Amino acid sequence: MRTLGGTIDGAIRPERPLASGTNGERRPAPLTFLVLLWLSLVVAFGVLVTLIVTIIIDGQGQFTGRLLSEYPASSPDRAGARPAILGSAWVIATTAIMTIPLGIAAAVHLEEFADKRNWFNRMIELNVQNLAAVPSIVYGLLALAFLSLLGVRDKNIVIGGALALSLLILPVIIIATREALRAVPTEIREGSLALGATQWQTTWRQTLPSAVPGIATGSILALSRALGEAAPLLVLGALVFVSFDPSGILSGYTTLPIQIFNWTGRPQEGFHQLAAATSVLLLGVLVLMNGLAIYIRNRFQKRW
Amino acid sequence: MIDRAGEKIESIVPHEGPGVRINARPADGFLPDEPRGILQCENVDVYYGSFRAVTGVDLKFGLHEITALIGPSGCGKSTLLRSLNRMNDLVDGARVEGRVLFDGEDIYGSKVDAIEVRRRIGMVFQKPNPFPKSIYDNIAYGPRVTGMRVDSMDDLVEEALTKAALWGEVKDKLKQSAYSLSGGQQQRLCIARTIAVKPDVILMDEPCSALDPIATVRIEDLMHELRREYTIVIVTHNMQQAARVADRTAFFTAFADEGTGDRTGVLVEFGKTTQIFEHPTDQRTEDYISGRFG
Repeated sequence: MRTLGGTIDGAIRPERPLASGTNGERRPAPLTFLVLLWLSLVVAFGVLVTLIVTIIIDGQGQFTGRLLSEYPASSPDRAGARPAILGSAWVIATTAIMTIPLGIAAAVHLEEFADKRNWFNRMIELNVQNLAAVPSIVYGLLALAFLSLLGVRDKNIVIGGALALSLLILPVIIIATREALRAVPTEIREGSLALGATQWQTTWRQTLPSAVPGIATGSILALSRALGEAAPLLVLGALVFVSFDPSGILSGYTTLPIQIFNWTGRPQEGFHQLAAATSVLLLGVLVLMNGLAIYIRNRFQKRW
Repeated sequence: MIDRAGEKIESIVPHEGPGVRINARPADGFLPDEPRGILQCENVDVYYGSFRAVTGVDLKFGLHEITALIGPSGCGKSTLLRSLNRMNDLVDGARVEGRVLFDGEDIYGSKVDAIEVRRRIGMVFQKPNPFPKSIYDNIAYGPRVTGMRVDSMDDLVEEALTKAALWGEVKDKLKQSAYSLSGGQQQRLCIARTIAVKPDVILMDEPCSALDPIATVRIEDLMHELRREYTIVIVTHNMQQAARVADRTAFFTAFADEGTGDRTGVLVEFGKTTQIFEHPTDQRTEDYISGRFG
């Protein structure tokens, strides 16, 4: 063996030579673990790819301009998802307007103003966490009960669906906003307060503006979850066959997931292809929304 | 020695040399035996919930003097500092017993507005904490939120930056982000920001602990300048720094409660810095100063 410098006799106890020609990371135990990790990834990714490829193949024949421009029809060759696209847009926009301000306000109160040692505030905090995990259909039932109490007869209206979806994603937005607020360093708040600013001014002028990217990201992700929901809307009696454009928040509507659900249940093969094509469309919109969320996060992320 | 801006720092020279160099008050600055206390603690205890962090503090912070609070970690000196401008109000469960008098008025009095207390008694923190805004907006923020009557914000910004010895370095890039500045410049920006709301007292919580030695010297020089107009209280871990900048020094230590084992801070000795460092009267002070503990 070649020595580069001098060696000192007796300074190092001779054990294993450093240049043994083996690699400790390649022993059986670590290697097995590594292979298992890879396998998990392959399984997870493989399922996803199979699913996407299958629906793309199924739906490719129906993925035409007609899908965007036509109304549902009794024949798959004439049918399109136009009311579902517009319905989804109406419901999600209404949900966003109803939920985002409310969610941000609740999060700001919990994070910036509430005394965290108070049992009542701690209970609310715990429950918000739990609510985020409640199945979506439960929110559908809640909205149904609420609308019944108000004496609304036609519950399959845009505002009704938006109410159910708002209840569904409100906890998600509250949690995302709290995370974003928590990521703003305490030093910034203290710096502001030490100059004689009030807590209100500090929140409004320092903490919230710094948290906007995180809030936007969380809100978009929550809305994309709402966009994919069918169950709570079906509970409210959302129409499965709509041949008109929704015209306002009191108008009847259908959404993309409900349209897919409807077409999948039809016997004709042509409707199954339409359902697949609509799924691809929905998937595309979701990918775009999540992409936007990632873009906002990376573009405006602050390094403190 | 050359700093970032390529400017020669002459002031570094007097601080060199072996041993602890003790601040020599300028010839015109007579230091009375008793401080003329503009800010005063009377039997102050600070609690976090049931935990007593500091107890029985009697201290006077003299007008236009620099007072250093020194002592080992966990002796409550930062806690005490934060109770001097009610920053501790923001910590859930924190409370102060005893009286903290600012110009004779108890800042914990029932009719006192904590917001106004914090404007009059500013604070500079351990880690430079500029706002994620431009240099200009960092300075203008305080006057804007406190609703100060300002004839010309530009003049006010220039004045504050000049007093903080930063104007020359930033006057051409006021619109740039404060994060483009070096750590030492950021800390001077934070001092300028504090000055801009025209406080009477500036509290500094280990303002140099995140800075390199050159930036530290600049802040220390700046403190000497600021003493002409402001009363300064500084917490420091660095005894040499206390010796270099402070007119008076208060030494704190902590004792463990026999029952609970909680450590509570107490004031051991307070006096002129020369006296504390050269002729401490308490054995614990002498042990700490000479490096035998802490």
